[in-house]
Amino acid sequence: MIGSEIPALIPITFILFAILIPVIGLWKRKVTWHLALLGSGIATALSAYGMMHIIQTGETIRYFFGGWSPPIGIEFVYDGLAAFIVLVINAIAFLVLIHSKKISQNEFPGKLTGYYAVTMLMMLGFNGMVLTGDLFNLYVFLEISSLSSYALIAIGEKRAPYAAFRYLIIGTVGGSLYLLGVGFLYTVTGTLNIIDMHAMLPQVIGHSSVVAALILMIIGIGVKAALFPLHGWLPDSYTYASSTSSAIIAPIGTKVAAYILIRVVLFLFGVELIDAALPVTTIIGIFAGIGILYGSIMAIAQSELKKMLAYSSVSQIGYIIMGLSLANPFGFIGAILHVLNHALMKALLFLVSGSMRLKEGHSLITKFDNSYRKKYPWTMAAFTTAAISMVGLPPLAGFFSKWYLALGTIENSSWMLLAVILISSLLNAVYFFRILEKVYLRNPEVDQTSAAESPAVQKDEVGFSMMMPMGIMALGLLIVGIFNAYIVDVIITMFPAGF
Amino acid sequence: MELTYIPLLAVLVSLAAVPFILLSSNKPNLREFWTIAAGIIKFLLVLTLLPSALDGETVSITLLEIAPNLPLVLEADSFGVFFAIIASGLWIFTSFYSIGYMRGHHETKQTRYFASFAVCLSSTIGIAFAGNLLTFIIFYEMLTLATYPLVIHSENKKAIAAGRKYLTYTLTAGLLLIAAAGITYSITGTLDFQAGGIFGDVELSQSMAITIFLLFLGGVGVKAGIMPLHSWLPSAMAAPTPVSALLHAVAVVKSGVFGVIRVVGFIFGPDVMASFGLNEILMILAGFTIIVASLLAFAQDNLKRRLAYSTVGHLSYIVLGTALLTETGLIGSIMHISTHATMKITLFFCAGAIMVNLHKKNISNMNGIAKVMPWTMGAFTIGSMGLAGIPPINGFVSKWYLGAGVLDGGMMLPLLILIISGLLNVGYFFPIIHRAYFKKGGSELEGHTEASPFMVVPLTGTAVLSVLFGVYPDLFFNFFDLATEIASTIF
Repeated sequence: MIGSEIPALIPITFILFAILIPVIGLWKRKVTWHLALLGSGIATALSAYGMMHIIQTGETIRYFFGGWSPPIGIEFVYDGLAAFIVLVINAIAFLVLIHSKKISQNEFPGKLTGYYAVTMLMMLGFNGMVLTGDLFNLYVFLEISSLSSYALIAIGEKRAPYAAFRYLIIGTVGGSLYLLGVGFLYTVTGTLNIIDMHAMLPQVIGHSSVVAALILMIIGIGVKAALFPLHGWLPDSYTYASSTSSAIIAPIGTKVAAYILIRVVLFLFGVELIDAALPVTTIIGIFAGIGILYGSIMAIAQSELKKMLAYSSVSQIGYIIMGLSLANPFGFIGAILHVLNHALMKALLFLVSGSMRLKEGHSLITKFDNSYRKKYPWTMAAFTTAAISMVGLPPLAGFFSKWYLALGTIENSSWMLLAVILISSLLNAVYFFRILEKVYLRNPEVDQTSAAESPAVQKDEVGFSMMMPMGIMALGLLIVGIFNAYIVDVIITMFPAGF
Repeated sequence: MELTYIPLLAVLVSLAAVPFILLSSNKPNLREFWTIAAGIIKFLLVLTLLPSALDGETVSITLLEIAPNLPLVLEADSFGVFFAIIASGLWIFTSFYSIGYMRGHHETKQTRYFASFAVCLSSTIGIAFAGNLLTFIIFYEMLTLATYPLVIHSENKKAIAAGRKYLTYTLTAGLLLIAAAGITYSITGTLDFQAGGIFGDVELSQSMAITIFLLFLGGVGVKAGIMPLHSWLPSAMAAPTPVSALLHAVAVVKSGVFGVIRVVGFIFGPDVMASFGLNEILMILAGFTIIVASLLAFAQDNLKRRLAYSTVGHLSYIVLGTALLTETGLIGSIMHISTHATMKITLFFCAGAIMVNLHKKNISNMNGIAKVMPWTMGAFTIGSMGLAGIPPINGFVSKWYLGAGVLDGGMMLPLLILIISGLLNVGYFFPIIHRAYFKKGGSELEGHTEASPFMVVPLTGTAVLSVLFGVYPDLFFNFFDLATEIASTIF
């Protein structure tokens, strides 16, 4: 059985393909897309197999690299939560890569080999961050993923390198703060292994190093997760990066960082210890709440679809972080479910914006009109599905993560946060229905003859390789919504100790 | 016979018609055939549930756990069946009427119209049969979304503004309802609708009770048009008339009052309502709405807007009757759901027929139209008389029970409100009738005859039903027995 090897096999697949793609790409440039697809396909299959394995056996796989047992060696910990996140990010990356074929040829035709190789490296970093059981090793993977994402963001529009450079500066500071925090923790506990450190923390919790470490780590990870007010790098990076890069990084990157925050807050420190030194969860909750509203309001102000989606990401990541800050079972369920839901929604929305850029050459909301309804009926239907899910209307997936988050806020009597969830749903409705109105209704101010009815408008839908991933995601939103109870049953098995 | 699946089928049948409607978009006759077929099948399915509902039995089906301990349940209890019969029965009338109206008015995008209409009906039946609050919310939000394309149908500035207003009000309402449901769930651990309420056994502080109740009221009160949450309804008159007739006089707004009764009778329960004084909040709001809406109706020259304000007022009759917390009052409320439905749909049908046939929207232009449209105006007269509470129209029956309910509760003020509002009803309807019959029409009426039979037959039909149900409230569907049955389960 390969079950127990899964945690090592997934990152190794990405390393292998990160090397294979340039090697074969030098000789045959056309196959790079196929190789990237194969690599992430294998990783997705492995993650799906691993998830099934975990659900069936219910055990946590601890994989010791080189046979060195921790705390001397490095271990990968493949529990339900890690398996779930790994499956989500690999499956989303796989779908986005399918969609990327035409876009990459259109947006950066000469750089395919490097692009896909770096994508594989970035996925290696993300998977490593999720799987590792070692805080320093986590930093290494964090840097791998960050460096590759700087590169991926830099491949884009004219302003992309600036955005990437800005992200690089801010991101490096974030990474360093995290590392500093880990260092402080190491000085008082003498270990880097998460499980080990969790066992030792109760003895040193009052120590000032621990308090400093906690603050440093949360700020460091907060930068990566774009937790308000540390989100400054995000809007430009997502907007000016190539469509494929934003479609991969937006749904995955900040989620992985949020996952690390969940690990640190709820697993490393744990529900009982986290608020012992200072009211961490309350503070995170406040910033998450402000971020949700800030992101939504900024999204309303945007006239560029990708920038709007970027601000919407700032807001949505707030939901996940708010869920963890509640530190109760409902909040946890909501946060984890929202990782999945938001990954699906945001990937789908960025794919639509990518498709629009390919077909129309722009994704300016102001230029949208109701001819799109006729030209891209299926793309627009997928967009509508994602939009309704973002607003949080049942029975689509978005409703249920908000439902659990709302239950979580009620359980803690956090009425302000409940109000934030409700208000931001309305704000989401404002910025999405604004687009839907443009796409589906004729503009009453321009003329009475509808653009959709002019004879020049023909159906011009994107090809199968682009439509298929979008269709799967749109269907996924409905299926996740209706059958969310099954997913929640699995999430319940991932609860940290203390729930 | 195995009835378990009937509620599910009744919900799904109109949803299943949607693909057929979309696919036959180029063949209007076939497309409308699907609507009517779905309507008739739906109605028959609902009718098969009537005998068990009369016996006080519920037919329920648990579909799947949509959230832990919160299954998606369809439960056809007597109240659900009562509402479903009205909505699905009147849908058949509206479908025929729509054909006449939409074609007579040369409306575009008729496929979208009929498809959205079918989704609306599925949602309405879903609301009727929702066995718990979460199921209710799901269908309630579906109804919001499915009504939106109908409100903005004409896609002009006014319609789009009305659509935005509609979404703002209803989406906010949905969120408040979700918050209310969340808090209810965390307190009681259940969201099932139980006759007599689910708050009976739990400790509840006064402030908490009022907060939850106001959240619920915000949730269902928007669709029920309780002031000050009503203003979307007159704006939504920008929609085609059949939409105003079925959705904004019956399905959508009655879903709101249906929700109010569910909340009062099945979530809080009369005892909890009374012990926290929640019924007084409801009574004050409803009484205020009845009087103010009736007064505002006077100010409207646009016939559909006058009818809309009249609807706002009459919805609050139902709310008021519920707030009385007496068995007779509740019977009156529930009866008023059915009687107001047949009367108001008749009036809207008439307004639409006048609009299509004579291109008249404003009451001030309606001099002498009874001469050219005798059937339409005859039906209009019956509907108006009924809403004013004049026997033998069915409006009299429900008002009678509302009045008796007030007396049972030993209160005078609500009775006064009912009497004043009855007079106001006479006041804003009879000038229209007077104009139509006794004033001389202009030259533009020449050459016009009665509207198309597709419109006249349905509107005459609903007017005849109003009279028949006034004389025999238990005719065909045993509405009165059902109402008594529902009230007896709650008290």
